[in-house]
Amino acid sequence: MYPRESVARFVTDNFVPVRVHVKEQPAMFDRFGARWTPTILVLDSEGNERHRIEGFLPEKDFIGQLALALGHVAFAEQRWTDAERWLAEALERNPDGEAAPEALYWKGVSRYKATGDPKELNETAKAFANRYVGSSWAKKASVWAA
Amino acid sequence: MEIAWKKDVDAALAEARAAHRPVLLDFSAAPM
Repeated sequence: MYPRESVARFVTDNFVPVRVHVKEQPAMFDRFGARWTPTILVLDSEGNERHRIEGFLPEKDFIGQLALALGHVAFAEQRWTDAERWLAEALERNPDGEAAPEALYWKGVSRYKATGDPKELNETAKAFANRYVGSSWAKKASVWAA
Repeated sequence: MEIAWKKDVDAALAEARAAHRPVLLDFSAAPM
């Protein structure tokens, strides 16, 4: 994942990067509940876990997951506009990836939080009528369709 | 470019708090 220039750039631009090796710091695996390698955690600036990736991912999927993670970080900090921007980026960078339906869901919620307008949730449900139809996120959004 | 990985988790968490940046914490078994 990291030898890719785009991944290294994305990580450097957006995170404080830390690498823990299983043989050098095994206690850290227990501290953070890491059960396998690679495991990647995204923590907010207060050290709270906001996203977890277990196992290798190809470049596009990995960057999509990292953008989704940054959306979760911004959402948790109630920075709704930043959250929406990162979630839109997760969608744009890998619209066919596993992060995309989750990003679409939380993008709609972020928009609703920013505006207070329930129609944003309804619009999100409509978007799921055409994309990611079988996903769990489409099912979760279906309650907003009425 | 190469990522400037840090090894000290608690120092990285302190840096993240001061800079208000998120942390990417990679648990690896790859050669370092």
